[in-house]
Amino acid sequence: MKRFLTNLLLLIALAVALAIWVKLPWPGVLALAVLFALWMLFTRRGRQAASVTGVGISTLRQRLGSSAVIVVGIAGVVAVLVALLAMGEGYSQTLRKTGNADTAIVMRGASASEVMSVLDHDSVVQVAQTPGIARDAKGQPLASPELVVAANLPIKGGSPDDEGSVQLRGVGEQAWAVRPQVKIVAGRKFKPGMRELVAGTGAARQFAGLVPGHEVRLGSQLWTVVGVFSSGDAMDSEVWGDANVVADTYRRGSSRASVVAKLAQPLAFDAFKAALTANPQLKVDVDTTLDYYAKQSEGMTKVIRIMGITVGLIMAIGAMFGALNTMFAAVAARAREIATLRAIGFRGLPVVVAVMLETMLLALLGGVLGGVLAWLVFDGYGASTLAAGTVGKLSFELAVTPALLWTGLKWALAIGFIGGLFPAVRAARLPVTTALREL
Amino acid sequence: MKYLHLIWAALFRRKTRTILTLVSIIAAFLLFGMLDAVRTSFDQAGQSANGAERLQTGSKLSFIQTLPQSLEMQIAKVPGVKTVTYANWFGGAYQDPHNQVFSFAVAPNYLDAYPEIEVPAAQLKAFADTRTGIVVGDKLAERFHWKVGDKIPLISTIFPDRNGNKTWTFDIVGIMHSKDPKATGWYDQLLLMHWKYFDETTPYNQGTVGWYVTRVADVNQADRVAKAIDALSVNSDHETRTESEAASAASWMKQLADIGLIVGSIMGAVFFTLLLLSGNTMMQAVRERTSELAVLKTIGFSSRSVLAMVLAESVLLLLIGGVLGLGLAAALIPGISANSGGMLNLPTVGASSWLLGLLLMVLIGLLVGALPALRAMRLNIVDALAGR
Repeated sequence: MKRFLTNLLLLIALAVALAIWVKLPWPGVLALAVLFALWMLFTRRGRQAASVTGVGISTLRQRLGSSAVIVVGIAGVVAVLVALLAMGEGYSQTLRKTGNADTAIVMRGASASEVMSVLDHDSVVQVAQTPGIARDAKGQPLASPELVVAANLPIKGGSPDDEGSVQLRGVGEQAWAVRPQVKIVAGRKFKPGMRELVAGTGAARQFAGLVPGHEVRLGSQLWTVVGVFSSGDAMDSEVWGDANVVADTYRRGSSRASVVAKLAQPLAFDAFKAALTANPQLKVDVDTTLDYYAKQSEGMTKVIRIMGITVGLIMAIGAMFGALNTMFAAVAARAREIATLRAIGFRGLPVVVAVMLETMLLALLGGVLGGVLAWLVFDGYGASTLAAGTVGKLSFELAVTPALLWTGLKWALAIGFIGGLFPAVRAARLPVTTALREL
Repeated sequence: MKYLHLIWAALFRRKTRTILTLVSIIAAFLLFGMLDAVRTSFDQAGQSANGAERLQTGSKLSFIQTLPQSLEMQIAKVPGVKTVTYANWFGGAYQDPHNQVFSFAVAPNYLDAYPEIEVPAAQLKAFADTRTGIVVGDKLAERFHWKVGDKIPLISTIFPDRNGNKTWTFDIVGIMHSKDPKATGWYDQLLLMHWKYFDETTPYNQGTVGWYVTRVADVNQADRVAKAIDALSVNSDHETRTESEAASAASWMKQLADIGLIVGSIMGAVFFTLLLLSGNTMMQAVRERTSELAVLKTIGFSSRSVLAMVLAESVLLLLIGGVLGLGLAAALIPGISANSGGMLNLPTVGASSWLLGLLLMVLIGLLVGALPALRAMRLNIVDALAGR
């Protein structure tokens, strides 16, 4: 009965410890580590624990195979977890980078994204004249009426019939000034009024024929690709053309999907929004592009995150039991040695600490290995998907950030903690006399 | 077979170790079952028998481009076409814009092209008679607790009505039920409204159609019919692209994500770890039993049967864990689909997944057992008994 109660208490303590561990920021972890090191250095028990750990670690070499199970198992968990989270991170980073706080996007009310919005010509003109928009040297408002449509283009490396969808953005003259991060890296900008296209680097990588000088077919028309641009964000996956010509091809007349405008002052958004809302002729929604793109990435990021954590959790359970197995075996093999220690006066605590420390060191090694592996293989790895709120393939790169690596390490240590705890408790509980007699 | 009890006894000689290993194996195969379900749900899209008879015609320019309604009459005249119908994407959401609902505005004969969707005759008639009527999939109705007779508001994320209002009100007049288990995940989340009501209410559609669905009389003629349909609009300002339902779903899924690669690499990592883990367990098990194995050999077991027994032990270990894991996946998946709010619709662990899983279990079992089994086979009786 007493045994059962202590076990129960142990489990509850474990759950609490894990909950705290998940929430603990890095200074907390550092403080814990320092506290622990001090305890090891300056108390009697601590020094005992340190020496028992030393013995355990020095015999690791004899248990290389089974210790490798812990390291590799945990490395696998961390690598998969970090890679999946890096996918979500890369996706949301790419979209978030696309927006900033000093440009605003105006769409028709009730539109969830640009693709779904339609603004008629009068609205477009009125929006562009709203106070709060920055003006260029000639006094023209820095606002670009834009049209977003999907274009089917052959995928690179696929059969000629294998078409994918790319987002084609018809932009106004001011588009380049509104988005200074967009730079031409090859060829030139399209000429207004011509059937010319410039392609983002991501789009050029995924679709065939998006090379300056080539012609591509959109529907029944031939367009000339005249340049490639790079922006380092979601725009990279797009193809740009003159809004009037695109509208003509897609039979959109003088309507546009959105107006993207540079604000006069970074903080002028509220005033700009108020001015738009006050205009009774307009039924529009406005957001900073920062908010707009953050909102677009929300859903997908959440899905990827949940997927990553689910897969990681199931793998972690597998790895945890592997660690338990190994450490139970290790404790059993060293039963006599541990019993001897206790017979000559070592108490239970140093033994528990030693076994756990050994497991956690192995786990840490596994975590580092998995993190490095994920970073080497997946950082910058190109992926693509149909992004929410767009009509084309969005290409993005997996981003293995320090924060993700830190999450991975924390997972590794948590697995090591649980994997070491139960074998350690068993080692400390074993009656000295039976253990000494055991062969 | 007669040694089964012996193998069983050896397997559970150390209960803790075997159970710990089993849990790891269960976890690995649980993951395998779930990921394989995701993969199959991607692969299966549009693969049903009825799907093969259907062709989808959309704008060649892009999937958001609409087509003129006049094309309906022309397509109907193409030889080999049995039924032609059309639909528009409505982009509806219920209560919160995040609660997206697959909602189409469809032609009156839309359901004729989908014989696998079942609607009671009385409800079908009510749908035809009610301008603002809608029919909804059974799972969708369950999700939002809708029933026939309810009046529901639906937010369109694309189309406002003439007053700029984005909320539309509909009357639920029927519930759709899918007869085809393969396509269930898709149809039971669907919401259909009248195209005519939709077109008259929003100023943004102007008599256009999102896509046409054509049912061909003879599946073998599908390619020819598809080409003939595309030929109708060649060189016009609304060129079309017609493909079978399966092909269109497949290309769609491929753009969404390279699921095969993701699932493949995760499973690779999982099974590699599993290999190492259970290999270690088997190694320990054989090492511990050195003297017992020597005794077995002394009383007349051949080296080969000792080898077979150790191999059988490891395969048995994998099979027990694997079957439990896959069973657990099969038990959990319906719950996950139900709780994902319609976002995920995973088929349960199918026969092919079970087959692949069993194959993997046996294969991993053999791989894992190979080294310890060889060791047991080569055991020298005298040395083993002397503890050398």
